[in-house]
Amino acid sequence: MLANFDFDVIRRSLSYLFIDGMTFTLTLTALSATGGLIFGTLIALMRLSGYRVMGWIAGLYVDFMRSLPLVLVIFWFYFLVPYIGQWVTGSSRPIKVGAFASSLITFIMFEAAYFSEIMRAGIQSISRGQPAAASALGLTYAQTMRYVVLPQAFRNMLPVLLTQTIVLFQDTSLVYVLSIPDFLGAASKVAQRDGRLVEMYLFAALIYFTISCIASYCVRRLQSRIAIIR
Amino acid sequence: MNYTWNWHIFLEPNPTGAGTYLDMLLAGLKVTIVTSLSAWVIALIFGTIVGILRSLPSRLATWIGFLYVEFFRNMPLLVQLFLWFFVLPELLPRTAGLWLKQMPNAPFYTAAVGIGLFMSARVAVQLAAGIGSLPRGQKMAATALGLTTLQTYRYVLLPMAFRIILPPLTSEFLNTVKNSAVAITIGLIELTGAARAMQEFSFQVFEAFSAATLMYLVINVIVVIGMRLLERAVAIPGYITGK
Repeated sequence: MLANFDFDVIRRSLSYLFIDGMTFTLTLTALSATGGLIFGTLIALMRLSGYRVMGWIAGLYVDFMRSLPLVLVIFWFYFLVPYIGQWVTGSSRPIKVGAFASSLITFIMFEAAYFSEIMRAGIQSISRGQPAAASALGLTYAQTMRYVVLPQAFRNMLPVLLTQTIVLFQDTSLVYVLSIPDFLGAASKVAQRDGRLVEMYLFAALIYFTISCIASYCVRRLQSRIAIIR
Repeated sequence: MNYTWNWHIFLEPNPTGAGTYLDMLLAGLKVTIVTSLSAWVIALIFGTIVGILRSLPSRLATWIGFLYVEFFRNMPLLVQLFLWFFVLPELLPRTAGLWLKQMPNAPFYTAAVGIGLFMSARVAVQLAAGIGSLPRGQKMAATALGLTTLQTYRYVLLPMAFRIILPPLTSEFLNTVKNSAVAITIGLIELTGAARAMQEFSFQVFEAFSAATLMYLVINVIVVIGMRLLERAVAIPGYITGK
């Protein structure tokens, strides 16, 4: 069985797989995680702001995003972003948006919903005395959040945020539905060109597995190291 | 926005010749529901077995449970579906592989098994946590009453653990429904696939996706309400899950 395998196809396509494919996947993961975290924190602050309408809008957004399949959201944004771009820039036709920009916007908006729930839990885990002490010191709301609450919330939630980023790393493979050459897309292109589905998909699975395993092992170590004993 | 809305599109006949576009979406909805339910049954069965393994005092059992969970959790679902769909038939002996390839409805069975096993790892983790959260006294009392390990799990630990993990299981079931959309990549025409097909035939992108979005929201609401009722029905008075 293994005798029919052509492992050379992997060696021949290594540079395409990693330099083009994996770079796309990792860049998309890193930028989406950063953007998702920033927007997610803003959404979490909206939810906890105490203003009814703002909290309601943020909650609706989070619940809405979390009840849709990522594949559907990817399609939505793929077709919607050109029209949004047209509306923002005021041009007369829908603007052209590249594959990378489109998937980046999708993942930032989608992950923001998930990151916001994590940050909300993080902010709520800070004891009441902290913001009270901050305002007693004369800090404004923005200063309280910037210097007191958010740094601690972020630190407490770091392992969960990183775990969510590993999930995000795996989810980026779904840009396959737009025929974008991320790591899996690149592997699939080679597989179909050379008729070597078995080798390429097994190799892709092995790479995703190895990276996720190492990453989640590091998160577990980090978790035990930064755990605060109270 | 120079997009021409046409909400009447749903009532126009679809190009496959079987009813309207709405019928096409509803057929997709049915596939989504059937796939999710089949996958959920598989996830519950395997998740329960592996969850129990993870909670047993035996080192070997815990180790097997750990490996199972790590295997299914560290690969994207899409890659797992490709492995089941494209790779498995090639690795099997010739006749078995051929049988798999020629099976009618292959995308459906692949999706049900693939998504089911993927979700089973998550169910297993939840269940093991649920069993771990029970007071030690429960297991000891069961042993003192002369129950075997199997009986202890069957009559004491599992009924309690499942009640405790009902809320996270609800979100895992919703994840199963959402994950069924990934099966579009192996050619299953479920709800997202049907919306995509409708968009390709009719060019009414946003109507198609709006309808699919609405249907997913309705599924979510129904599942959440149903699970609330179930939670209330099985709650044990005076215990963690009771009121």
